[in-house]
Amino acid sequence: MANPMKIRATAKDGVTEVKILMQHDMETGLRKEADGTLIPAWFITEVKAQYQGRTVLEAQFGQSVSKNPYLLFRFKGGTAGEKVSVSWVDNKGESRTDEATIAA
Amino acid sequence: MSNEIDLNRRKALKAGSGMGLLALFGGLSLLRSTEALAEWNKAAFSSKAMDEALTSLGVTTTESNAAIQLTVPEIAENGSVVPVTVSSSLANVEQISILVDKNPSVLAASFTFPQGTEALVTTRVKMGQTANVVAIVKADGKFYRAAKEVKVTAGGCGG
Repeated sequence: MANPMKIRATAKDGVTEVKILMQHDMETGLRKEADGTLIPAWFITEVKAQYQGRTVLEAQFGQSVSKNPYLLFRFKGGTAGEKVSVSWVDNKGESRTDEATIAA
Repeated sequence: MSNEIDLNRRKALKAGSGMGLLALFGGLSLLRSTEALAEWNKAAFSSKAMDEALTSLGVTTTESNAAIQLTVPEIAENGSVVPVTVSSSLANVEQISILVDKNPSVLAASFTFPQGTEALVTTRVKMGQTANVVAIVKADGKFYRAAKEVKVTAGGCGG
């Protein structure tokens, strides 16, 4: 089971800033174990952030995104107490969805 | 006579290997269909060269534009975590893509911005060596480009 994301959403002057830290190895498929065997590629391919059922950001990732991917973005609207949800899917079909409450 | 039998055996073997290939292709097309559902741009993300990646993203011509702010460190001590921020004051930004020209897979990430989301994104990418970080911004159906070199003192491949 994949580890939870850390999501922080803050509303200020009518704009909500969202910071996301996903926990994922993001293996490129190019690294080798000590014994020389290739570690298979394993990385997040898609991320979607939603606010009140509306998509506020969509992302597609490749192998070049760092381990434990970090994202920051801002959308108009959002007030303290409301929720922002983020989901990701990786190339093995594993997925994870987490929610955060917007802070003032 | 024995030759003829031998020949038939070869034919049978050939047919058999053909079947094997067919099964393999069947498996591949299955994989493809699941990818189509996900809409992940496999061609773009598996591109090994900048031109190839841009073509797969549908980018034909790009203009440099001062309205794109690409923020990267001048020197990255750790190539496995290089912070990249792209923002733009252009109107109707639909998409921002981040590419690293010397990485084994050139395209790092591609972001889609619905109406109401600011044209700004920060993420972190891996860099195998000193290279150019390229931001492609799609606004009003046109593509704009900004690039900056990042000197990498320790590569990101050891991750």
